[in-house]
Amino acid sequence: MMIRPSHHPAEEFLLDYADGSLGEASALVIATHLALCPDCRNKVADLEAIGGALLDAERLEPVSMPCLDAMMARLGEPQPLTRREKPPQLTALPPDILMIPEPLRGYIGAPLSSLGWRQLRPGIEDVDLGIGQAPAQTRLFRIMPGVVTPRHGHCGTEMALVLAGGYRDEQGNCCRGDVFIYDSTVEHSPVADHGEPCLCLVVTDAPLLFMDD
Amino acid sequence: MPDAPAARSSPPPPDFNALMRSVANERSRPAFALLFNHFAPRLKSYLMRSGTDSGQAEEVVQEAMLLVWHRAVTFNPAQANVSTWIFTIARNRRIDMIRRERRPEFDPTDPALVPEPAPSAERAIELVQDGTRLRAAIDSLPNEQAELLRLAYYDDKPHSVISAERGIPLGTVKSRLRLAVERLRHLLREEGT
Repeated sequence: MMIRPSHHPAEEFLLDYADGSLGEASALVIATHLALCPDCRNKVADLEAIGGALLDAERLEPVSMPCLDAMMARLGEPQPLTRREKPPQLTALPPDILMIPEPLRGYIGAPLSSLGWRQLRPGIEDVDLGIGQAPAQTRLFRIMPGVVTPRHGHCGTEMALVLAGGYRDEQGNCCRGDVFIYDSTVEHSPVADHGEPCLCLVVTDAPLLFMDD
Repeated sequence: MPDAPAARSSPPPPDFNALMRSVANERSRPAFALLFNHFAPRLKSYLMRSGTDSGQAEEVVQEAMLLVWHRAVTFNPAQANVSTWIFTIARNRRIDMIRRERRPEFDPTDPALVPEPAPSAERAIELVQDGTRLRAAIDSLPNEQAELLRLAYYDDKPHSVISAERGIPLGTVKSRLRLAVERLRHLLREEGT
């Protein structure tokens, strides 16, 4: 029995994802949550249906005749490969990366142990995945069981998705699939659950502010 | 209960599902041309609303419709209606060609995906009707909600940026969008009538 997440992105973030306006890094958090959350998948399907209805009701901007001719002439072309449809990697991957759902797994594309982890504090490591446009930063955090992360605030917005293990903070417990979106009003000091290390995908648009720095 | 629909003043819309089947199964160019004639002017308008010029909008329209041609066999009328499916393709082409970013999407065949506990059968049955009912419902939204909803879909800007640019407090933007979506979703989830 797979656990379904209990903390979901707010409606306006699902809308930003469905209408296509969310930046790539934040969209990666939402899309990976969707892989773990059937409820939010249904919500996004509804929001896309609203997009379809708006398209139906859209005014008509006449298309030039050469455009139609060129279109019909192109139907014999081989199918183009879009950015997200790169051929899947066929090399066998270890279980720690196989448990990470798409699209994140494809973005990481390598065993977790081969990534350039950096130790931030004892028991806390991160690696920058280099996704999205500055100032967005997309990182994996790995926190060893029972470790208390230093109390920190947020300059901008932080989106966090739990991929393995779990943690608890002032707002409650979170485990695999849960999403939290923190803004500058939130300060917290997450404590990793016992058991397996807590692995999180974290997207920030400004640096975290550690109170002990 | 009356069973015969009353005569309508406007002609019935083309049967998009049938056109999609012709494109998928027979590679029918006339059927594709009908889809193109219907959707291309709408897609072009949608793309130009976010500031794309006419020439580039036509390029994106062509790329999107080319994907419609190539992926017609993957279209599943039980998952989305044709307008919704084409909207998602054009949205992704806009992200790829204009914003130059990748579009992260989950993979429905991924073994790590958490499946739906029991796929809802009624969802598929209601989809055909959704388009018409949704359009009417969008028209009936309070102006300030409908306007924000259109901005969200057309402007290619997240809700936080819309708030900053339009000088509408973030909380107001959120609550208006939530109210609008809640009302439309209620309609989508209504038991078949």
